[in-house]
Amino acid sequence: MNPASLRTTAAGAVALVLIAVPFGLTDYGNYVLSLWALTTIAAIGLNLTFGFVGQVSLGQGAFVGIGAYVTALLTTRGWPLPTAYVLAFAACFALGWGLAYPAVRVRRPFFPFITLAFATFIFLVFRNEEWLTGGIYGINRVPRPSLLGLSAAGPLGFCYFCLFNLTVVTAAVWWLRRSPWGRAFAALRANPLRAEAVGIDTRLYTLIAIALGAGLGGVAGLLYAALLQYVDPTPFSLTMSVSLLLMVAMGGSGRLLGPLLGAAVAVVLPEGLRFAQNYYLFGYALAVMVLMAFWPTGLVGLAERLLTMLTKPRPAPAKAAP
Amino acid sequence: MPELLQLFVAGVATGAVYALAAMGFTLLWQTSQTVNFAQGEFVMLPAFIVLSAMNLGLPFPLAIIVGMAASLLVLGFLFKQTVVDETARHGALPLVITTIALGLLLKEGVKDAAGAAALPFPPLGGTSSLAIGDAMLPVHSLVAIVVAVAAVAGLQAFLERTPLGRSIQATAQNPAVARVLGIPVERMIRYAFLINAALTALASLLITPVYLASFANGEWLGLCTFVAALAGGLNLRGAIVGGLALGFIDNLAAAYLSATWRGALPLVIVIAVVLFRPQGLFGRSEEPAA
Repeated sequence: MNPASLRTTAAGAVALVLIAVPFGLTDYGNYVLSLWALTTIAAIGLNLTFGFVGQVSLGQGAFVGIGAYVTALLTTRGWPLPTAYVLAFAACFALGWGLAYPAVRVRRPFFPFITLAFATFIFLVFRNEEWLTGGIYGINRVPRPSLLGLSAAGPLGFCYFCLFNLTVVTAAVWWLRRSPWGRAFAALRANPLRAEAVGIDTRLYTLIAIALGAGLGGVAGLLYAALLQYVDPTPFSLTMSVSLLLMVAMGGSGRLLGPLLGAAVAVVLPEGLRFAQNYYLFGYALAVMVLMAFWPTGLVGLAERLLTMLTKPRPAPAKAAP
Repeated sequence: MPELLQLFVAGVATGAVYALAAMGFTLLWQTSQTVNFAQGEFVMLPAFIVLSAMNLGLPFPLAIIVGMAASLLVLGFLFKQTVVDETARHGALPLVITTIALGLLLKEGVKDAAGAAALPFPPLGGTSSLAIGDAMLPVHSLVAIVVAVAAVAGLQAFLERTPLGRSIQATAQNPAVARVLGIPVERMIRYAFLINAALTALASLLITPVYLASFANGEWLGLCTFVAALAGGLNLRGAIVGGLALGFIDNLAAAYLSATWRGALPLVIVIAVVLFRPQGLFGRSEEPAA
């Protein structure tokens, strides 16, 4: 089988599994799968920022939080879901652009620290501005969506709703990678100076990637608010931003499948390792460090290497270097 | 103005600690382009080593020596030898991810081992206060200032006056030329990691009595360290001024503006620096690409 048809077959198989699996799951299983899907969307967004243009963001959790709060504020006041989509995406897009704009003008590594300070600040806004966000009590009774007369209020329906969002986002990013923009991103990451020299406006493309990434964080936040039907400041701490970044690196930064794998390790695996829950983050951080030391291309790169070893069972005998 | 004097002393005491951590951060950046995102956790951890040594029955002064030695070994030697060296060969981004993961590892490790509750930490110099006019100045703040100033002055004298210190400085300023001049750059970088570990351990001893020993301390301490180092322009003198200024503004803002919003200060400062003075207070304008 050639790589293209292999890829199509694999994509089809994954789609079938994703359609079939939610039926076989309990409500709790559907909840975990929904959580995986929305976490993956946030990680895909961060993959644009980190994987595509090589900017380290420690603020993706803050964008997820903004999306969640925008959604909760709008939908509890009776606004329709599409409005929440547009505003959650637009608010995060604009904030991401605004934070990145000063940072891409300078050579020093300011962006990680701007986003880190921003994440700290946004957490304070969530917690302190009680008139708006409800403070530590949060916002209750966020409604579940219904689209085209189909209700996605139950666990199964909502799970499909999340998976549908994930499919759309994945397809969009897949398209983006193959578009001229995607090639510009790749050039930018491989060698910024050369990209600049061949006429790519590196600042503009970096800004676009960062802002799109932040916007996807907002979409993930929308799904989060609707999944839990309740929003409070606690989950949007620095730990969420850090673990999203580690997910992208663990899966394989810059790779399409990276965020899906990384989020699976971060969200689904701990459910199976309930007994080790307190030590999970510790082990997770350790695993990322080991991966970075020995296989910095992440799980996708590791899987590819294993695949090549399997499909070519007898590698050519090593020759002495000329 | 007793209030202002008290605020000034408290501000300089915290600022001096930020300055110590920011100097170490800067030294790692200058000598090896390592951006240590775990620097805040490096300041959080040594206090817990001291506390566990005391739990084993060691007296406080001995526990401090154990904490220092363990910090030099773990945060200096092992950090460089295992974590940084293994990862840096793959490039800058894997190293960034690794130090971020290390920060999470240390934070979660301390939470699992010592619990989530904040523990008291004995202050150097005791809990008494000194009355100057109407102002009550806590002795441990004064001790912190004296110790930090002595450490900074000692480090500066070492870097400026001794042949070894000048070799480290040469490595920091231009590794390529330093290598041409016959300076063992790799060894100098290793010394820089040891100096950083000593600075963060010292910062930990001085700040933890104020903040209490908590696994989460690294978040805020790290943020302040990064902001101080960036505002200082990623050079040593700038890190001192940046740290002191941040500690002072932080205490003033908490007292006169809003205690709940003091956490917004780093964002304001880092945005102001990147907009108006990205080379930092004491930096030269950006060097052309190498």
